[in-house]
Amino acid sequence: MLLRSHLKALLQRSQRQRFYALKDVSFRIAQGENVAIVGANGAGKSTLLGLALGLAEPDNGRVEISGRIAGLLELGAGFHGDLTGRENVFLNASLLGFSKRETEGIFDRVLEFSEIADFIDEPLRTFSAGMIMRLGFSVAVNVDPDFLLVDEVLAVGDQSFQMKCFDKINQLKQTGKSLLCVSHSSAVIRRLCERALWLDHGELIADGNADDVLKMYEGRTLRPNVTS
Amino acid sequence: MWSGDYRFVISNLVMKDFKVRYRNMSLGVLWSLLNPLVMMAVLTFVFTRIFPNRSITNFPLFLLCGLVPWNFFSVAWSTATTSLIENTNMVKRVAVPRQIVPIAAVLSTGVHSSSQVALLLGLVLIVGNGLNIYWLWLPLIWGLGVVFVCGLGLMFSAMDVYVRDMRYIVESINLALFWFVPIFYPFTVVPEKYSPIYQFNPVAAVVLASRNILLDSKAPPNSLLYKLAFVSMVALLLGSLVFRRLKHRFYDHL
Repeated sequence: MLLRSHLKALLQRSQRQRFYALKDVSFRIAQGENVAIVGANGAGKSTLLGLALGLAEPDNGRVEISGRIAGLLELGAGFHGDLTGRENVFLNASLLGFSKRETEGIFDRVLEFSEIADFIDEPLRTFSAGMIMRLGFSVAVNVDPDFLLVDEVLAVGDQSFQMKCFDKINQLKQTGKSLLCVSHSSAVIRRLCERALWLDHGELIADGNADDVLKMYEGRTLRPNVTS
Repeated sequence: MWSGDYRFVISNLVMKDFKVRYRNMSLGVLWSLLNPLVMMAVLTFVFTRIFPNRSITNFPLFLLCGLVPWNFFSVAWSTATTSLIENTNMVKRVAVPRQIVPIAAVLSTGVHSSSQVALLLGLVLIVGNGLNIYWLWLPLIWGLGVVFVCGLGLMFSAMDVYVRDMRYIVESINLALFWFVPIFYPFTVVPEKYSPIYQFNPVAAVVLASRNILLDSKAPPNSLLYKLAFVSMVALLLGSLVFRRLKHRFYDHL
């Protein structure tokens, strides 16, 4: 914000209406549970992930997480185009809380999973969006997170990589890891998650079985005038 | 909350800055020597030919002793001030502790400046007084300078998130500091009543102490070191407090 707007606000003493991105949203995710968040644009889905990840702090209420949390809120967050794939893996892993030795320990697995192979020592700006996403996803699932947060990133990968991601997430689930993801694809949600939360204008409208919530959500979206 | 290896993150971020800055340049690190060399040449011309100053022997070296710390300070402070805004993408996506960002900005400027330091030390060895035991003080003195900038960097980067005009304030102060730090004039010409302005200014203190050691081959006065240490620590403490207070709303303002 600019100084100008601060001064303006001060001079006008305008009582701006407070906008709540999220209000009265409470839920608990058990170990090994995969949960999806659905809702229209601006419903507060990304804010919710941001709160869970500790990027933002709630004005009221609490967020409690146990264990290591890894978030993929954007393709390769913290990645830099002028660094090579390898350098980005180290940077990204360190941001997620890994030490140098730990990163070296998982590096081969990351490389193998991402299928980047020979490109790993090329600058990232030469990668395609799909390759960057694969690399980012590979780091996130290999830092051994107890809780994985994913914001609509699986959309970019090709079919076979998507399958691989589903397998990996299911495999994590079996070892008691949890997933919270945002997706606009019902197919992805049905495949990955057994539970879904429906957010609308910052409020939690429904929380339950993924299939049921999706049906409600789809019904509402297709016939917007029926309930409102 | 985030638990990880602070040193590894910071070294990765510093490495990133360094690589990104120099990877696409054919002359690489040598560019960072261009600025002090040009400044040294111009100021030497002005103050030995236009306004001759006879009290100083080896004027270029005298200048460089002031230019290198000032250069580091001004670049580090302004880079740190805008660091959170420049790294919005990271700050809003990864839960890494935010104070790492301005500190990494200061440290990477330090790496960037190390070639200038090497130039300064090299010239002292070749055309100056050479090595003496007091060089052992240098890491401490320069380290305190870094601590001071880290404090300012924490404070101003946090404020810059809320009030983006902060960088212009920093730029103006840096410009003023060029004259308030004894870069091209000796401290001895400063009237007694103004000397506290210099002694309590860590940038000036670093310059004065470096000159004592490198040019006069003597230990810097203790009183100067105490003041330097005191102001640097206060700056770090204050900066951390301000940062801690302001960081809660970064997400909303970035």
